[in-house]
Amino acid sequence: MFKIITAVISRDLKLAMRRQADIVSALFFFIIVVSLFPLGVGPEPDLLRKLAPGVLWVAALLATMLSLPRLFADDHRDGTLEQLALAPHPLGLVVTGKVIAHWLVSGLPLALIAPVLGIQFDLSTDALIVLTTAILIGTPALSGIGAIGAALTLGLRGGGVLLSLLVLPLYIPVLIFGAGAVDATVTGLGGEGHLSLLAALTFASLGFAPWATAAALKIALE
Amino acid sequence: MLEADNLECVRGDRRLFAGLGFRLEAGELLNLQGKNGSGKTSLLRMLIGLLPPENGEIRWQGQSIKTLADEFRADLCYLGHLNAIKEELTPLENLLAAARLADEALTEDEALDALEQVGLAGREDLACRYLSQGQKRRVALARLVKEKRPLWILDEPFVALDVAAVDWLAGIISGHLQRGGLAVMTTHQLVNIPAGAIRELRLS
Repeated sequence: MFKIITAVISRDLKLAMRRQADIVSALFFFIIVVSLFPLGVGPEPDLLRKLAPGVLWVAALLATMLSLPRLFADDHRDGTLEQLALAPHPLGLVVTGKVIAHWLVSGLPLALIAPVLGIQFDLSTDALIVLTTAILIGTPALSGIGAIGAALTLGLRGGGVLLSLLVLPLYIPVLIFGAGAVDATVTGLGGEGHLSLLAALTFASLGFAPWATAAALKIALE
Repeated sequence: MLEADNLECVRGDRRLFAGLGFRLEAGELLNLQGKNGSGKTSLLRMLIGLLPPENGEIRWQGQSIKTLADEFRADLCYLGHLNAIKEELTPLENLLAAARLADEALTEDEALDALEQVGLAGREDLACRYLSQGQKRRVALARLVKEKRPLWILDEPFVALDVAAVDWLAGIISGHLQRGGLAVMTTHQLVNIPAGAIRELRLS
């Protein structure tokens, strides 16, 4: 079971390393969107501190969306998706591997750069730690839920827009608890509750999403 | 033993075929013939389990492929009309990755040997996007060299190959049949497979 997951992860990571422009562009998109806010809103520390969690999380959602359309599209186009579906393992496990690989190249870099960007918003050290933890815990859910949308819109013309319409509403709980964790820390309430709920969302979506995605992929492959 | 019983295929609102059945024993090759659009590829996709038939059943070793699921796929090697190779990876990496995903033990030496057999010696470390169409097809076909799984389903395997490669592939397929393997393929070309019993099925 773990063999197939690691096989898919190592293949996808190798492919991502050969195509680093994709990773870098999503990361720069995140950095630029977040950095535009302090420039646009003006240097008022109180206002920026209030805006920070929401801005960082919305930018993280959008940056994740950027790489989603290609999650299965490339494999579909060159026929490797058929071969993955024909592997002697449940397709859900293959998808789990792809979701983990997607998180490693899209969610993880966002979490690593987030504290640096948080400084622009005058966040305290505690808030920065909670922000990074929240993005680290919450982004796997984004990859998991996004995979369902990517599979459902596979092979559709203009699927990118439809994908956003399908997936962004489903991202709302992650956004609320992710931004809420930082907010609660800033106001001194403590963000542990929000972080636990975020972790629960991630576990639930990593458990269910691959199987829903596999069902959608089977329809796309018919 | 691969059996198909009373298969019906409907694509859109057109019925491509109905009441189709055959039985293929070890060492036999089924060659599907038919015009473009007669349902050859659809039939192959039914046989590999990606396209559920409207009606009828497909059995492998006496059991429905739907109930066998993973076990059936462990016996199956499918080569579609898409090459299923990654342009960013080298031929060697492609072969090794494909074997790992299919849960097959393939050493690097075996993979290099397979690539040499398909005439890609010296190009195993070049990203596939720099290869020609025919060479990409050869990378896809290199999978068959060390392939031990008993059932091969090949969709137009001879497309984009030169004369020498067509003969080589015919030899590989007949070797597979001699080992007691089964194969189903489609082709528009007249190809001479030296060994094994060849049966033809014409879709119209």
